[in-house]
Amino acid sequence: MLDLRAVTAGYPGHPPVFRDVSLTVAPGESAGLLGPSGCGKSTLARVAALLHRPDAGTLHLDGERIRHWRHRAPRAQRTAFGVVFQQPRLSADPRLTLADLVAEPLRATGDREHLGERVAALAARVGLTGDLLSRRPHEVSDGQLQRACLARALVLRPRWLVCDEMTAMLDASTTAALVGVVEEYRAETGAGLLAVGHDRVLLDRWCDRTVEWSSLITPAAQAPAR
Amino acid sequence: MTGRAPVLSVRGLSVRFLMPGGRRVAAVTDAHFDVAPGECLALVGESGCGKSVLASALLGLLPGNARTAGEALLGPLDLLAADERTLARTVRGRLVGLVPQSPAAHLTPVRTIRSQLAETLAALTPVRGRSALRAATRAAAERAAFPADHLDRHPHQLSGGLAQRAATALALAGDAPLLLADEPTTGLDRDLVDRTVDELRRHVDADEGRALLMITHDLAAAERIADRVAVMYAGRIVELADATAFFGTPGPRHPYSRGLLQALPDRAFTPIPGLPPELGDLPAGCAFAARCARADDACAELPPAGPVLCHHPHTAVPEAADRA
Repeated sequence: MLDLRAVTAGYPGHPPVFRDVSLTVAPGESAGLLGPSGCGKSTLARVAALLHRPDAGTLHLDGERIRHWRHRAPRAQRTAFGVVFQQPRLSADPRLTLADLVAEPLRATGDREHLGERVAALAARVGLTGDLLSRRPHEVSDGQLQRACLARALVLRPRWLVCDEMTAMLDASTTAALVGVVEEYRAETGAGLLAVGHDRVLLDRWCDRTVEWSSLITPAAQAPAR
Repeated sequence: MTGRAPVLSVRGLSVRFLMPGGRRVAAVTDAHFDVAPGECLALVGESGCGKSVLASALLGLLPGNARTAGEALLGPLDLLAADERTLARTVRGRLVGLVPQSPAAHLTPVRTIRSQLAETLAALTPVRGRSALRAATRAAAERAAFPADHLDRHPHQLSGGLAQRAATALALAGDAPLLLADEPTTGLDRDLVDRTVDELRRHVDADEGRALLMITHDLAAAERIADRVAVMYAGRIVELADATAFFGTPGPRHPYSRGLLQALPDRAFTPIPGLPPELGDLPAGCAFAARCARADDACAELPPAGPVLCHHPHTAVPEAADRA
């Protein structure tokens, strides 16, 4: 269970992006979060994935209350999440080959056993074939790089996946392929999914249920802070 | 004045990149198309198929290792042969307005939107004087649905959607006869996509002589505004079709276009198997053959030129087996 209660979050020096937002995703469930640009849905996804500390409110991960975010969070909690971001160019270290990009979470957690085979198996699964794995991000297309970013998110076999506009930069065929990989992984492991996006048709087709951002916000909280 | 002559006429456009070690990357090969006044042509295809290179070629913005062939006529001017001085003084902004792919990289990060928009207007239009420029800036922002109370913000303070609108406002400022929109809707939400493309469409409809070439991978956006669709695969335009027929019945005729449409979440949502070929290492025959269910021995050779670049196109009337 991923349980966000009355979360208020924002960035220093600015009024909160949103106040008192609650969202629950059941284990194994796939929830789509739908909202317009700039509404704060990505910030909420970052809070849920332990990447952004909220100003107020609580987050429970599988029954356990989260007290620390980012590098302060215990490794077991951090690695429960696989995150895929909107822009693969901004979320991939340009100095790493795609193989190293996918292997990085394994190296970072000291889990080097059969590293090569695991990376190769996952790469094949996301459709990265041939010499693509030995290339660096500037030598591949957005779609190919996002495939690697998805493989990186899956390499630690997370219980939760957070896909923040994973397919916004991609063409229809690559979108269908990546959603297929996510769903295959979920069917195999029972992982839960929070998919953030603004494409209703896509989220309706992909997720068990789609939540409108506007339904999470109470009218009082929506009023501007100043 | 030009009658029905096309605004832009592209004939046999090819772009090759010369890479270290004598390698050549065939980014665009033998592209032919016209864009008529009042028309919107959508150029669609997967990422990395050469769409954006084609756009850069039309603006003379290719890197130094690129070699072009063919011609792209904008009125009497061949954009491929024009020198940098002509391109800078008469083409960019004045004859061709660019709505860029990533506004975050297009906007100047250290200046406000108002100052960038005012500078563009001062450079491209006869508007002079502080108060006149101020009013023109507001009007230009409003045309692209950019909120006036955000004009004094810097690009990093804008959401992706607002940054895109700011960039659209800049592209519309010079009233160019050809609008070139390179992935104008990437990263926008559906409502904003609709508004952005409707705005582009309105800009085309507002003036008889204006045309829009929209490069996109967003098929829904293409369906919404395009009169004709050109499908690009591995650097070649594989199908050029009327938008109504393409998105409705009888549907696309090239197997690749079909696969692309069937990948949409409101259709079959099934991906085309495999990945596009490398542009530096294209097969001698049909580049799609390796991913195509209809491929046979004939596909080892390049299909003859025509509206559909395929040895085994779907017929104009859909076959029963294709209706799945």
